[in-house]
Amino acid sequence: MIENRPFITVFCHLFLLLGVAIIAFPIWITFVAATHDAVRMVQIPLPLWPGDQFFENLDQTWNAGIAGGVNQGVAVMMFNSLVMAMMIAVGKIAISLLSAFAIVYFKFPFRMGFFWLIFITLMLPVEVRIIPTFEVVANLNMLNTYWGLSIPLIASATATFMFRQTFLTIPDELLEAARIDGAGPMRFFIDILLPMSRTNIAALFVILFIYGWNQYLWPLLITTDQNMNTIVMAIKQMLEAAEQAPQWNVIMMTTLLAMLPPVAVVIFMQKLFVKGLTETEK
Amino acid sequence: MLKRVHFGPSVLPFLLVAPQIIITLVFFIWPTSHALYQSLLIEDAFGLSTEFVWFENFEVLFEDEHYLGAFERTTIFSLLVASSSMGFSLVLAAMADRVIKGSMAYRTFLIWPYAVAPVVAGALWVFMLDPTLGILTYGLGAMGYEWNHKLNGGEAMGLVVVAAAWKQVAYNFLFFLAAMQSIPKSLIEAAAIDGAGPVRRFCTIIFPLISPTTFFLLVVNVVYAFFDTFGIIHAVTQGGPAKSTEILVYKVYNDGFVGLDLGGSAAQSVILMIIVIGLTVIQFKYIEKKVEY
Repeated sequence: MIENRPFITVFCHLFLLLGVAIIAFPIWITFVAATHDAVRMVQIPLPLWPGDQFFENLDQTWNAGIAGGVNQGVAVMMFNSLVMAMMIAVGKIAISLLSAFAIVYFKFPFRMGFFWLIFITLMLPVEVRIIPTFEVVANLNMLNTYWGLSIPLIASATATFMFRQTFLTIPDELLEAARIDGAGPMRFFIDILLPMSRTNIAALFVILFIYGWNQYLWPLLITTDQNMNTIVMAIKQMLEAAEQAPQWNVIMMTTLLAMLPPVAVVIFMQKLFVKGLTETEK
Repeated sequence: MLKRVHFGPSVLPFLLVAPQIIITLVFFIWPTSHALYQSLLIEDAFGLSTEFVWFENFEVLFEDEHYLGAFERTTIFSLLVASSSMGFSLVLAAMADRVIKGSMAYRTFLIWPYAVAPVVAGALWVFMLDPTLGILTYGLGAMGYEWNHKLNGGEAMGLVVVAAAWKQVAYNFLFFLAAMQSIPKSLIEAAAIDGAGPVRRFCTIIFPLISPTTFFLLVVNVVYAFFDTFGIIHAVTQGGPAKSTEILVYKVYNDGFVGLDLGGSAAQSVILMIIVIGLTVIQFKYIEKKVEY
């Protein structure tokens, strides 16, 4: 505090509370909508205060899904999303760790060539090459599989860069000491590098889990089988079904469920999340 | 960037980079080169015959008023998203930087929308602004304003901008706050002793000092608005009404997957790729200046 001006401090708090309220208002409305029955949700004006149908809606959404739309509970979709997010996060971390290790610790032909090849992927978001990538996945018979959902998204330059940075800060003496003790490259990697990068791995995992969970366009393209739908892409189908018969209580319950895992990760692992976010941007 | 102490050549490093390189080649390099090649072809709608036409697809695009319209719309859209989201979070961050008690609590309550998928953000706002049922529509109606984004293109644009900016506030706030907290307190105190009030200190010290962060966030926000907002557009407006929210990424998808104009769609992809490459280069230039190894 530079100067003591209570008025300004109070004003700041009020403004911040207003900001929090604006940010949180949509979620409050969503929650309220998820606690009323379908009949109440078509009467104008819509409620601003929670009702008593929360568990009924949860039950219907989880097991049965929306009537007249995708005839399937969101439990399956939650599971698919979880598998996809985990595969993307774990896969990205695994292949990036290995390639960063090779590039930093080995001298071998085409080392820089490989590095630039990885670097280029930074410039090719899936949105700009959707059709040819779709064709590749179709030719490999990976449509409607977890592999098809995750593998095309797991090559990532950012993760490789982050691990490269981490490895470069690790003192050379550690490798010398390990060598004197007779450790080979893989032993050094598993016993020294991995434990030393633990926090970085955890921070990156948080970011990548959110990234994987929130994928939309890619699952939309390659899953034609209902049993492979993810929850994030299901929201679009539900909004379409809402054009005919609005069941906002079920739709809003689904959006609540769709944002629950990633939001929980941000709130409960805030430190790792902030670290991951600021480090991957370097 | 190679360690002074390192391992000599063997097969092992090739095996280590193999998974990443193979995935990159199969899912990045090959599709991209295919897109480049396809952008030079014209294929009839049934895929029976193709003709190599050099840059005709691009020429057609730049004479197509729909495409130029989408370009203009995307620019307006991304500037609106970036400015509204960054402006709001800049003010919030300045306030949170000032209050001592509770600034971390405010941070917790302001950063979680980062984890909300764009399409989910779109669903929340389309529900609140539903023309017949929406709670905000009701509020606006009470104030004498008829909201219907299904008929009014400007309102549809407003809806997708609000949904996109709402989600991005979290990210901008986090970076603005971190930048402000890293400014040495002695600078602010010196200015205060010289008699500069809070607003003046913000304008002459804080804002200039965080300008690298502001620039970085501008690039990130533009990239976000260009590419990541596909879900919002696709789920909420489908580019309508009357193409009033059709941004470039949505048009690539729509022309390619729905319209099956593969050559034209590929040419649009190539132009988008050039935009991404440009933005990435700008971003890296800035980072190289900031981070010293």
